[in-house]
Amino acid sequence: MYKRLTHNNALQFTFDGCSITANEGDTVAAALLCSGKSTIRHSHVSLSPRGPFCLMGACYECLVRHEGKTVQACMLTVQPGMVIERVRTADKALADRKEQ
Amino acid sequence: MTDCDVIVIGGGPAGMAAALTAESHGASVTLLDEQATPGGQIYRAVAHCSEEMKLVLGDDYRYGETLVTALSQSAVQQIYNATVWAIDSQGTVTYSQQQSANRINAKQIIIATGALERPYPLPGWTLPGVMTIGAAQILLKSSQLIIDQAVLVGTGPLLYTMASQLINAGSAPAAVIDTVTTNHHLNAARYFPFSQASNILKGLSYLRQITRAGVPYYKGASEIEISGDTCADLIQFKSKSKTQHIKTDNVLLHQGVIPNTQLSRSLRLKHQWHQNQHCFHPVTDEWGVSSSDNIRIAGDGSGISGAEVAEQQGILVALGAVYALGAIDSRTRDTLAAPLKRKIATFKKLREFLDTLYEPPSIALKPENNTIVCRCEEVTAGEIRSCARLGCSGPNQTKAFSRCGMGPCQGRYCGLTVTEILAAENQMSHDEVGAYRIRSPIKPVTLAELASLDQTQ
Repeated sequence: MYKRLTHNNALQFTFDGCSITANEGDTVAAALLCSGKSTIRHSHVSLSPRGPFCLMGACYECLVRHEGKTVQACMLTVQPGMVIERVRTADKALADRKEQ
Repeated sequence: MTDCDVIVIGGGPAGMAAALTAESHGASVTLLDEQATPGGQIYRAVAHCSEEMKLVLGDDYRYGETLVTALSQSAVQQIYNATVWAIDSQGTVTYSQQQSANRINAKQIIIATGALERPYPLPGWTLPGVMTIGAAQILLKSSQLIIDQAVLVGTGPLLYTMASQLINAGSAPAAVIDTVTTNHHLNAARYFPFSQASNILKGLSYLRQITRAGVPYYKGASEIEISGDTCADLIQFKSKSKTQHIKTDNVLLHQGVIPNTQLSRSLRLKHQWHQNQHCFHPVTDEWGVSSSDNIRIAGDGSGISGAEVAEQQGILVALGAVYALGAIDSRTRDTLAAPLKRKIATFKKLREFLDTLYEPPSIALKPENNTIVCRCEEVTAGEIRSCARLGCSGPNQTKAFSRCGMGPCQGRYCGLTVTEILAAENQMSHDEVGAYRIRSPIKPVTLAELASLDQTQ
């Protein structure tokens, strides 16, 4: 569970269509963790759930889609109205696997 | 291409100190850092942190403001949000900033890219909700975000610091699971650094704080396993021969830190295994000069010594660089360096003690067969051992055989584990086994970024 020590200007952005509230200066990864979204993507090998791990740009676990590119959520500062989406490749494989 | 005298890569204590020193001796200096603000991970966001959070984080963190303020008042050209992804032995550094790539060149390069947390592979470490302690600290520093009821696992000074900070913030950890055993204490006793008693007392005060706050503290923990369906849910371990279970959705791991050698490896610089620190260090002389004359390395990136030493080393290495540029004579350099060298020597004694006391347990270095080693490609320790049996003698061979280390993290979180396993399986020295061959780009870049080089040059 996450707690904020101080609150400043709240910003809104969307993650896969869900509205997320962030503090000014938050990275996308921090804002997602704070909003209870610990799973950010699924691994491409076993499709296992993954979330932020190092938060310093080294582990590449927190990959998301932004403006058509796959980027690290921990290296991206939230801007109001930002549209962030999940990395889809694994999601599609996951759905296919469930159907089988 | 922009030219300057000195390029410093990394804006932590070593990088900031190096840039300030070189600039004060008249050099034109460019400092590049991947984050939005200076400070590195240790002083991350210190200029923007709330007063309330600074009280939680303590005076060691607050100290970083001195360096950050000095940097903001200096003539050092500072480029933030800049990811360095290539460097060559002629002193050309290529970086990306806002999806555009640029090149700069300098006579002297100072790599100050600091440390990474040591990989701590254990069952369940890929589950969401499991993070490094460093990650939790970054949340405190840059987002004023506190993890409530976290379970801290592993060992090292940062484990106790983090527990203390969480208690300060009113969110005491649910438990501290320490892998240190009585044997560690006995082994470390002979290195006790009497000259560094104040730092030892600080460490002890954290331990007292943990007990006073009523945080369950388990010493000598082993057989640690995290489980959960879609995210971390339970941690199981043995302490004092009793099996314990703790429900938790936030597990924070730590087994010390290791030098971030991606850039120095990409330059094919000479590295050497450090027995006490269980990691590779780039080989440097007393002025930070690597096996390539114009490339220097300062701070934790050259071997783990902590923030205080990193700052002193930053100054020392910059003195070496400005001497090489002809800005100061050897007498000035040596006079200025003497007190720094003395300070560094005292801290090194503390480090020997800490390295022994907080030596990672063997299972953390060489996990059991079913534990995932490579998070990106999901390769287990067992698969690496199978590769060894097939005749793989080094990490580059196991990479080709198993895809281990081929993912986007480029081996940052599996490299050491693979070296450790292969050294044990093949009964070779770590230096013989070696490490991944790191090539630029050391961070993924888009084709558009590559193409932009054509326009910016």
